[in-house]
Amino acid sequence: MTAFALTDTGTLTGRSLRHILRSPDTIITTAVTPVALMLLFVFVLGGAISTGSDESYVNYLLPGILLITIASGVAYTSYRLFLDLKGGIVERFQSMPIARSSVLWAHVLTSLAANLVSVAIVIGVALLLGFRTGASPLAWLAVAGILILFTLALTWVAVIAGLSAKSVDGASAFSYPLIFLPFISSAFVPTATMPGPVAWFAENQPVTSIVNTMRALFAGQPVGAEIWVALAWLAGILAVACGFAVLAYRRRLR
Amino acid sequence: MSATAEPAIRVRGVTKSFKALPVLRGVDFDVAAGTVFALLGSNGAGKTTLVRILSTLLKADGGSASVHGHDVADSPEAVRESISLTGQFAAVDEVLSGRENLVLVARLRHLEQPGAIADELLARFSLTDAAHRRAGTYSGGMRRRLDIAMSLIGDPPVIVLDEPTTGLDPQTRIEVWQTVTQLAAQGTTVLLTTQYLDEAEHLADRIAILHEGTIIQNGTLAELKQLLPPATVEYVEKQPTLEEVFLALVGADARTTRKEPQ
Repeated sequence: MTAFALTDTGTLTGRSLRHILRSPDTIITTAVTPVALMLLFVFVLGGAISTGSDESYVNYLLPGILLITIASGVAYTSYRLFLDLKGGIVERFQSMPIARSSVLWAHVLTSLAANLVSVAIVIGVALLLGFRTGASPLAWLAVAGILILFTLALTWVAVIAGLSAKSVDGASAFSYPLIFLPFISSAFVPTATMPGPVAWFAENQPVTSIVNTMRALFAGQPVGAEIWVALAWLAGILAVACGFAVLAYRRRLR
Repeated sequence: MSATAEPAIRVRGVTKSFKALPVLRGVDFDVAAGTVFALLGSNGAGKTTLVRILSTLLKADGGSASVHGHDVADSPEAVRESISLTGQFAAVDEVLSGRENLVLVARLRHLEQPGAIADELLARFSLTDAAHRRAGTYSGGMRRRLDIAMSLIGDPPVIVLDEPTTGLDPQTRIEVWQTVTQLAAQGTTVLLTTQYLDEAEHLADRIAILHEGTIIQNGTLAELKQLLPPATVEYVEKQPTLEEVFLALVGADARTTRKEPQ
């Protein structure tokens, strides 16, 4: 039935997109926390933070805020997947002659669509707060590509959580550390201001290279070697998470 | 029942354990095409496990099973083309409307004109008025009707109804029974699992009793009734009910409920 993999994925993606359109609050909720964080950092804490550059602070922090948006948005994917499994609709789909992988792909594509809308809302608010960029269309394309890769990678992590969770709370709990990760990175303050071991962690975890790359792209500066570190992290997380998700999905059929 | 045709469902020596707990210990039975076959058993007898194996949601540890001539292990895709499952917990999409649920299933079965198929089934199951309401707002009976309507899409030759009336009120139960009778009249093979003895008595051409992982009895209602002599021949004109046959056959521990592992 792999001949129908694309149509089945399309049909099931249409279904879960309809779910989102009927409860658009999930997209709004996803955008609210990052917007609040952005207001907090720009208007309350930002004045005391020295980034060591002439850029406005909102320009400095937007990449990290976008990553937090996605990290909190993917929690809805594991939540929806968990509910589908629990409600028995996944079993109904799997007992039909469809490409079984399309059940997962539909959730992944829906996550991508929903998160890109949330990201667009956050960028819109950032523009109101004074975010300005001289990024070329090509740089914008690169930023979009990185955000899409980041969403896909975290969504597959969310799929693992949704497949293996025992409760609704468990299904979305995985996202808390992911939301926290940007705080221990170059997203809000330069890593040089951190004590040794923390700085070492911050400089060697994926968020820093991703944030630095996006920041350089927005500023119209050369990205250097950091983009390759970022892409390696993203591709690595994506491949590992996707592999484990497929294993967890197959394990349910025993 | 024609003895010449190949059985619609053939189960031979199927075993399945969850960790150390054996749930199916070698199950054998045939379901002749076009008949209603009831699998009777208490909670934990292994009915749902067997249904999940037949609908390729679970793999058996041993033995073989085939549906409509296709082996569940060797050609699961062909099995999924031939069988349709109605779950114990009506699996409908609560966010979508009744019509959207039907259209979704028709699309997933790759049928032409999913909208027309949906409208026809809505009419047949008296759901036309509720077609555009979210399925989550449906009553228990409407949900179950929608669930069964969804499993009829594509006219699969074999339909599995896993405890279709569990938790339903008597009125809705009769509606479901009427649906099953209609299906049988159209020549669809129906495998029905139930813990309600009167349900098996009303609907089934053949009844098999699954107890502690094996089929301990398999026959028509009349055959099963002959297994026991009338209880009090001299004074009371009373045939044993199927319930009495069942309880006598499985013994007292049929009443102890054990949870069937998922």
